Amino acid sequence: MILALRLARRELRGGVRGLWIVVLCLALGTGVIAAVGTLRAAVDAGLAQDGRALLGGDLEIDTGPQPVPADLIAWLRARGAATSEVVQMRSMLIAPNGERQLIELKAVDAPWPLVGQAGLAPPQPLARALAGQGLLTQQVVLDRLRLSVGDSVRLGTATFRIAGLLESEPDRVATASILGPRVLIAAAGLPATGLVSPGSLVRYAVRLTAPDAPAIAAALPEAFPRSGWRVRDPSQAAPGVTRFIDQIALFLTLVGLTSLLVGGIGVANGVRAWLDARARTIAILRCLGAAPSLVFAVCLIQVMALALCGIAIGLAAGAALPLLAAGLLSPLLPVPPVLGLYPGPLALAAGYGVLIALCFSLWPLGRAARMPGAALFRDGLIPESTRPSPALVAANAALALALVGLTVASATDRRFALYFCAGAGLALLLFRAAAVLVARLARLARALGPPAVRLGIGNLARPGSPAPLLLLSAGLGLSTLASVALIQGNMQHQIRSQLPANAPSFFFVDIQNDQMDAFKRIVASMPARTELRDVPSLRARVVALKGVAVEEADVTPETAWALKGDRGLTYAAAPPEGTRLAAGKWWPETYDGPPLVSLDAVLAKGWHVALGDQIRVNVLGRDVDLTVASLRDIAWQSMGINFFMVASPGLLSNAPHTHIATVRIADAQQGALLRAVTDALPNVTGVLLRDVLGAVSALLDQIAAALTVTGGVTLVAGALVMVGAVAAGQRRRVREAVVLRTLGATRAQIRTAWLTEFGLIGSVAGLIAAAIGSAASYAVAHYILHTTWIFLPVTLIYTLAGALAIMLMFGYAGTSAALRVRPAALLRND
Amino acid sequence: MVRVRGLALTVPSAAGAVNILRGVDLDILKGEAVGLVGPSGSGKTSLLMVLAGLERATGGTVELDGRRVTAMTEDQLAKLRRDRVGIVFQAFHLIPTMTALENVAIPLELAAIRDAEPRARAALDSVGLGHRLTHLPGQLSGGEQQRVALARAFAPEPALLLADEPTGNLDHATGQAVIDLLFAMRARTGTTLLLITHDRALAARCDRQVHMSDGRITEPVPA
Repeated sequence: MILALRLARRELRGGVRGLWIVVLCLALGTGVIAAVGTLRAAVDAGLAQDGRALLGGDLEIDTGPQPVPADLIAWLRARGAATSEVVQMRSMLIAPNGERQLIELKAVDAPWPLVGQAGLAPPQPLARALAGQGLLTQQVVLDRLRLSVGDSVRLGTATFRIAGLLESEPDRVATASILGPRVLIAAAGLPATGLVSPGSLVRYAVRLTAPDAPAIAAALPEAFPRSGWRVRDPSQAAPGVTRFIDQIALFLTLVGLTSLLVGGIGVANGVRAWLDARARTIAILRCLGAAPSLVFAVCLIQVMALALCGIAIGLAAGAALPLLAAGLLSPLLPVPPVLGLYPGPLALAAGYGVLIALCFSLWPLGRAARMPGAALFRDGLIPESTRPSPALVAANAALALALVGLTVASATDRRFALYFCAGAGLALLLFRAAAVLVARLARLARALGPPAVRLGIGNLARPGSPAPLLLLSAGLGLSTLASVALIQGNMQHQIRSQLPANAPSFFFVDIQNDQMDAFKRIVASMPARTELRDVPSLRARVVALKGVAVEEADVTPETAWALKGDRGLTYAAAPPEGTRLAAGKWWPETYDGPPLVSLDAVLAKGWHVALGDQIRVNVLGRDVDLTVASLRDIAWQSMGINFFMVASPGLLSNAPHTHIATVRIADAQQGALLRAVTDALPNVTGVLLRDVLGAVSALLDQIAAALTVTGGVTLVAGALVMVGAVAAGQRRRVREAVVLRTLGATRAQIRTAWLTEFGLIGSVAGLIAAAIGSAASYAVAHYILHTTWIFLPVTLIYTLAGALAIMLMFGYAGTSAALRVRPAALLRND
Repeated sequence: MVRVRGLALTVPSAAGAVNILRGVDLDILKGEAVGLVGPSGSGKTSLLMVLAGLERATGGTVELDGRRVTAMTEDQLAKLRRDRVGIVFQAFHLIPTMTALENVAIPLELAAIRDAEPRARAALDSVGLGHRLTHLPGQLSGGEQQRVALARAFAPEPALLLADEPTGNLDHATGQAVIDLLFAMRARTGTTLLLITHDRALAARCDRQVHMSDGRITEPVPA
């Protein structure tokens, strides 16, 4: 080993020309993974550090649509807790000029916030600002409604004075909503608004600080059994955000891993080219008695020394990038990240880097070690037929499995990570098979076309052709970008294109039973043609499936969301329009027996619930057992009113509830309708679907931008590998160009030949990337997003054109450099 | 056939301009075989490069069949080589990724000759390599590679063959065989030949010898 180290050091002294590509590829790949991991850790740390503030206390007890009971407050205070009650709902803020804005309303009591401080402008005590019907909101509301601080606004049936701007609230992320800006009022002012009535979409919670909050949390279920309240501690301050960050980080890490995989191809190629250049040295060592194991060790030490340099550069960049980009990223992140050095993500990135470096360099190193000394003196190259030893092949396979293992083990969604690994493996095989096919077809087709084109086609089939490498390196990068673009395109298409066909203009919520007639009259009085649908709406929480409490029920992760908190529930005598029953029968219109329910077929599958099974729901504090009578296929994208549970009328129709209505109306009349409804029925909230979709679309655009940037890194990695491949073959190409010119080839002929060669490689890479992108986007749309997949030919054409452009660029650059060489100099020197 | 007047080639270098050719005058008649001899560094290869249009002269003129080579563009020169000039190098200069057949066929293909492949096959047959058509240069011996180079040079039936030390990389016996082949092919086709060599005996097989020294023709030797 010492001898190997000594020999390796001597070799390294002579320079590492040829291995720079290894350093660059690994630095880029590990850099991306380290940066994504560090940023994720920084956001996690931000969530953990500010958990108390984000939650608003040491504990939050969410009582859903029911006001916090007085006995709970008394029980908490008896245990030394300081409490603060918060009421949240969605409503309309109406300016004196008649304009209105959908807002997220929060009504707070005097102790709020228990932790942290609200930022007000102009600075003033919170209690003073909220006193006397004071209201705080965000600048965006003032801008949209053309208001100033001091102006009056209407909220429901009450008038408030804008006391100032709410610049920050410590618990904002925990209640973040993309739908509307925040409005803060005193809880004492809420009843006067008339917004809260039985069945309203309102959420009550009490936050507390206490010396021993965990003990309170532990004692709560016993003191208030079957309450169904959600209790959260600071570690769960923002579960939605944590989930979101986890998913985005997973996507970005996998995209980063793709760039590392592409980099691995560059490593393999760089090591191979480097070994070819050192073939004479290796053969001399073999002739002088060096064992294959010594040759292998000497080469491995050198490659790994360089690989570790690349990984170290990547780690340094990955750790530093979030620090440098903190200013840019902070506004886009849900919580301020706690920037610092996070060894965990760096170690993971280093692990990926080392595994990739070993995985992709062992094969060429193993071949070099087995090179017979005599081969050198024949052509100075490692013979194509040389294979690594079986032990090394086994070690390589084990390393590949370790890479898959690390990817799956470190992912938040292991099944998705496994699919990714399988997909990446398939993609590698596909590009390899394509390379073989291209060479065979080129052999068959090389009599076609004019001489220069024939020469170009022939190049694809020649020994040592860079086509397989170029196909793979360009193809993998383009596949990632095509996948990202197609997923993004599909999501945007779902949102945008379905809107004109069948989507309503408005959702109106919180229409009381006794307001329905008035609401219908207002809608009917509009001069434009309108289309109104309405359904009763209750808030219900699923508490048990087939007699098993939901906390212990066996459900798939994709369907667990519907078991968390209160969900909408409706009842209907007849099946809603467009209902497609997947199983079972709808109840008779006159049915008056025990409550039945028609359930979304996808949820039923995820919950392992079948016809005849019982689902226990809690409606306004009362448990109701519903028997599954039918399963429905629901087209959620239709933007109509849909509930995953539709119950039979009877028992539920007697429970306090409100109505939800959708209205379709011409654009020009939308403002008039919103004004007419909210003037006459101040507690009713109208949500313009276009605004919701706009907000969702903007969020998707941000996610897509992050994915595109990371996907772009894959393409950069691919470009690096291509540069390496073209550079490695450039000497041979220059020689070829000189000989061809000597034999009478014109510049145009040589250029045409090479552009044909590179153009064909680009076309094939683009076609395969388009196919892989389509397959990957289909899988994500179908299995993860549960939406229908659509074919997006324009995106695919862009992919193809991009591939062609990149390849032609490389071909042109290589040709131009080769054509600049003076033939005489080269012919004379060789 | 070839008319060279006052040919000069000067190249810049760190130590100052180097005058490689200093006013060369040379005439080669059609069908004539001329042996160009001289010590290393005398400018023989440079003269060949300028004649082939692979190097730009800095002074003087070169005419081939009455066409002024020194005034041609790069592409005109390429076409001239394709249609009129064959070149054989000491280092063979075969394309390593092409088979023997492809190497011979390539100048014919560049000239868009329809029966390029049969003609290339015939050319390889004529140099005794009909059984090595699909071999890559790396799979051939030095002598075989030079025979492929000869086949490639003669296949388009050039008017002028420029040969630069064609036996320089070969052992004596192999070199002798290659030269015999070269002269036999020339005799058969009537191609004009300019043969660069160190070997006076080899030069003596030409119709006429020309001696070069220090960038000048110093000793035209009658055949």
